[in-house]
Amino acid sequence: MIDKTAFWIVLPALAFGTYAIRFSFLGTLGARPLPAWLTRCLRYTAVAVLPALVAPGVLWPAATGGETDPARLAAAGVTLLVGLVTRSTMAAILAGGATLYALLAVAG
Amino acid sequence: MTPVRKAFLRGLVAASPMTVVVGPFAVLFGVVATEAGLNVFETMLFTISVFAGASQFAALQTMQENAPVIVVLATALAVNLRMVMYSVTLAPHFGELPLRSRALMAYFLVDQSFATTVAEIDRRPEMTAREKRAVFFGAVVAVAPLWFAASFAGAMIGRALPPEYALDFALPITFLAMVAPMLRSLPHLVAAGVSIALSLLLAGMPYGTGLLVAASVAMATGAGVERWREGRG
Repeated sequence: MIDKTAFWIVLPALAFGTYAIRFSFLGTLGARPLPAWLTRCLRYTAVAVLPALVAPGVLWPAATGGETDPARLAAAGVTLLVGLVTRSTMAAILAGGATLYALLAVAG
Repeated sequence: MTPVRKAFLRGLVAASPMTVVVGPFAVLFGVVATEAGLNVFETMLFTISVFAGASQFAALQTMQENAPVIVVLATALAVNLRMVMYSVTLAPHFGELPLRSRALMAYFLVDQSFATTVAEIDRRPEMTAREKRAVFFGAVVAVAPLWFAASFAGAMIGRALPPEYALDFALPITFLAMVAPMLRSLPHLVAAGVSIALSLLLAGMPYGTGLLVAASVAMATGAGVERWREGRG
């Protein structure tokens, strides 16, 4: 469960911060090109943050008390594989979800 | 039909296939947010004021793990940093428009509106700034109302779902599904690999700070590999 005090601090700060990022150059007309090293880093922000966000939870899910769960591990693997092959986020979500529920049903 | 109206329609049509992804994704956000303990009002306020899917999911995930506020913000904002590039890329095309126009565009600057506008400018570089703006808002009209409506639908569904359908794994699956199609070059693959390996090694670091270290090193590694390949090629 999300702590509501934290939520009400995060909400305005994240809204403001995200808007500031979007407004940065468009609003101020700082149309100077960014240094090459910076654009190079920005290109990799999403692939650097998102896997780190999920990897520990995939291997040690909170729902099983941190014990590695074959169903969740397999679902994660299928999601990644289908996403890589089809390049479709929706196909990957559906395949991963189907794998998880099928395996949980078999195990349960 | 005026050229501006035509441009608006072109943006609307070009962005409409994206609704296939945007709709279900927004429903999922509504469901996951209410499952995490937010009520419908909080969920909608969140989705309207932030309006950036991936970072909304990232904030939900880290808040659920009771990470400190500063870690939640650093993670969610890092996910949005790619938009600096969007802002830089669009700036020269809209400089002559009034500030209020650009301020409104900034709010609606998302993956879909950016991709549509850039592709259309590429195809018709002779467009005026007002036509380009019309393309942008055509794309916005295709995806933004749907995003809000589908988030709301998801929140209502999530409220109705009994807690035993614990969707604890919906977030990891969503993130993996978003990342996999991005892994289209060696530097992207290396960055993702470093990100996974370090986040597991550093999982014991307090307050989710391992995540920030893993992400920073992974980002620098991706950039480094790209540079190294350019140097060779």
